[in-house]
Amino acid sequence: MQNRKIVKFREKILEITFFLCAFVSVFTTFAIIFILFFESYDFFKQVPLKEFFLGTQWTPLFAEPKFGILPLVLGTLITTIIALLVALPVGLITAIYLSEYAPHKFRETVKPVLELLAAVPTVVYGYFALLFLTPILQKIIPDLSTFNALSPGIIMGIMIVPYVSSVSEDALKAVPMQIREGSYAMGATKFQTAFKVLIPSAFSGIAAAFIIGISRAIGETMVVAIAAGMMPNFTFNPLEPVQTITSYIVQVSLGDVPHGTLEYRTIFAAGIVLFFMTLFFNIIGYFLRSKIREKY
Amino acid sequence: MDIKKQDIKEVIKINKIWEFLFYFIGLISTFIGLALLCVLFIDLFLDGYPRLTYKFFTSFPSRFPKEAGILSAWVGSILVMIVTAISAIPVGVLAGIYLEEYAKKNWFTNFIEINISNLAGVPSIIYGLLALGLFVQTLKFGESILTGGLTLGLLILPMIIMATRESIRAIPDSIREASYALGATKWQTVKHHILPYSSGGILTGIIIGLSRAIGETAPIITVGALTFIAFLPTSPFTDTFPFISFKWLFDPFTVMPIQMFNWVSRPQKEFHINAASAGIVLLIMTLAMNALAIYIRYKFRKRIKW
Amino acid sequence: MVGEKIKAESINLNFWYGTVQALKNVNLKIAEKKVTALIGPSGCGKTTFLRCFNRMHDLYPNNRYEGEIFLYPDKVNIVSPHVDPIEIRMRIGMVFQKPNPFPKTIYENIAYGLRVRGINNKKVLDEVVERSLKGAALWDEVKDKLNKLAFELSGGQQQRLCIARALATDPEILLFDEPTSALDPIATGRIEELIEELKEKVTILIVTHNMQQAARISDYTGFMMLGELIEFDTTDKIFTNPSKKLTEDYVTGRFG
Repeated sequence: MQNRKIVKFREKILEITFFLCAFVSVFTTFAIIFILFFESYDFFKQVPLKEFFLGTQWTPLFAEPKFGILPLVLGTLITTIIALLVALPVGLITAIYLSEYAPHKFRETVKPVLELLAAVPTVVYGYFALLFLTPILQKIIPDLSTFNALSPGIIMGIMIVPYVSSVSEDALKAVPMQIREGSYAMGATKFQTAFKVLIPSAFSGIAAAFIIGISRAIGETMVVAIAAGMMPNFTFNPLEPVQTITSYIVQVSLGDVPHGTLEYRTIFAAGIVLFFMTLFFNIIGYFLRSKIREKY
Repeated sequence: MDIKKQDIKEVIKINKIWEFLFYFIGLISTFIGLALLCVLFIDLFLDGYPRLTYKFFTSFPSRFPKEAGILSAWVGSILVMIVTAISAIPVGVLAGIYLEEYAKKNWFTNFIEINISNLAGVPSIIYGLLALGLFVQTLKFGESILTGGLTLGLLILPMIIMATRESIRAIPDSIREASYALGATKWQTVKHHILPYSSGGILTGIIIGLSRAIGETAPIITVGALTFIAFLPTSPFTDTFPFISFKWLFDPFTVMPIQMFNWVSRPQKEFHINAASAGIVLLIMTLAMNALAIYIRYKFRKRIKW
Repeated sequence: MVGEKIKAESINLNFWYGTVQALKNVNLKIAEKKVTALIGPSGCGKTTFLRCFNRMHDLYPNNRYEGEIFLYPDKVNIVSPHVDPIEIRMRIGMVFQKPNPFPKTIYENIAYGLRVRGINNKKVLDEVVERSLKGAALWDEVKDKLNKLAFELSGGQQQRLCIARALATDPEILLFDEPTSALDPIATGRIEELIEELKEKVTILIVTHNMQQAARISDYTGFMMLGELIEFDTTDKIFTNPSKKLTEDYVTGRFG
């Protein structure tokens, strides 16, 4: 009897340990939110929210600092949109090709290689965007500055292709075979079946894939920090240098900004904006993905 | 409305043209990424191979590009990875076991799940800000190897948890029932069955997580790793009792991707060659780890079939 | 089959899934505008045989046909590798075991076959949708909700929708693969009535696991076992006076 008690006690202790490990993730989220708000509290005491969200100048390191986040948000949006223009079509078409057209062997070989695209360190992509792609693009577009939004945007796009394609492919795979057979039995080609039946059927999963791609592009740091320049321009022109929220944080972290100063707090304020932008997309993506699982 | 037979042939011809076109577009888009990967590798190699000598690995950074090397960077990377692995692997695997085997289906478990999936999508630089506020400022670990390792540990934790859960979920319930039917407790079932059978998938996830951590730059910059370090951390072995020292944990450091970033952002062309060489080393490290992961996955998939 | 016009016939048809032979030398004639039923224990190859008629097996790798299925009047060999399966599928419709409407509106489900053929003229589509739904005895139930998703219909309605979808393109043969196995008895009754009406216009080949169903609705019946066609004759003959011992055992319920 004594023995059973010990066993029970041990089981309980282990379960609690395991639970605490799982709880680390909850703790991390709360710590992120707490630290971001705590460290930027003094910033928002000095800078009115209206100036922060609506100001079009971001010059926190100048003698007469201006704290309008819009140029950074705009820089983030421009690079993100360029990345998505590459990643979404390429990712979706790749997913359709792999799930509907490619022979089994080909798919099993290509998929892991494609995943490698997401494994290459982003600093290497930054090097490639700045020193390989930009000079080539400059030959085609003479107006392109050395630092610009276009080149890192394109590279980022290709970098996120595996994220988009693998989730889209899972969604397409989840469409039951009998739906495909129904379409083929009507004399439809693979192309017609894919575009008229499979994409609408897998819609929520494909949307989830797109949203994961968006979230990745918004949060990507090194490619833009290296190749997009560090100029908070309020511009829509992808040929000019821009600064994203992420590359601003890098810029400040590289310099010698003392802890506790207003400049130091700006990176946390920028971090809040970045965190909630990605949180928004991550949560939508999560629910869209759980919808695929329910549907069939 | 009659659809005549000759019409059908005509229609099929048009449909086939689209089919054919899309086949090519699909093939091209599948290969775009692969082509980029090849071009990237070749470009990096052509740019960087002149510096890839033995001296490159044994020299500290320097003001003179030809003399600069990656000694402090690769040592730093390895030490940071040790801290990352020790902190993230046990927590991640145990958390995964909890969620699959122990957690009851209730709102809190659901909350943890949403939470993990969100953390996996949080930009890495946000982890850097967290670490700056938590490890550097609040816990006073300083801009040290310990801080860097723990930061990356938190970053790859969701990946390890998800990989663990996925491979545990692949084990059929009949195995668990068989074990319980023999009178095993939950922990015995986990220890003797769940963990061994899922170890392939877990190992794959761990290696992929570590390969991501080794290439991560942004959070390490944020916690304040230095870009110019001309010394090595304290040796973990000492000649006096207890012959082992943990002082290195609190030493300042740099890592491979930061060294590369530093060189690539210099205006001098000569330093770009160093950046390319560092890039080759970094790329080979991450690709080798990924290849290992793919190999392990393949091996285990062949061995265990449910 | 004296005096019947033949719509299709299989001659020495063999079929392999990889290395497993699923059909052995099947010879069978299908009469035009009649209902031909295939019965037999599960795994006997009746569904495999049916799916040869619209080359469904081409969707999966390592499947192989041998022999001929001729489609009249032009005597096309359906299973010949030189014949485009898409052309065959445009001529031969199919209704599946489980209702499989597309995740689209009722209207778009019916219009799908025409859209696949490049027909997008709204007037033509409207007309075909109405005619097909009437043909499948579904028009009165759905005429007010053509723009609702097909998933909102009941199982029996979904199956009739799938029949309407197949009818929309005027197929020469309509294949039914156990069309009522997922339905309740009332819905089954309506589908059976519908099949009897449809044979006025179209040749029907139906696979069923339900012998009474074959007896009720078909004109000819083939009994299959282990990939072979054991006996083929008029339905009356098969059920009242079969010439083979195996057939008799099966239809009298002694096995299967």
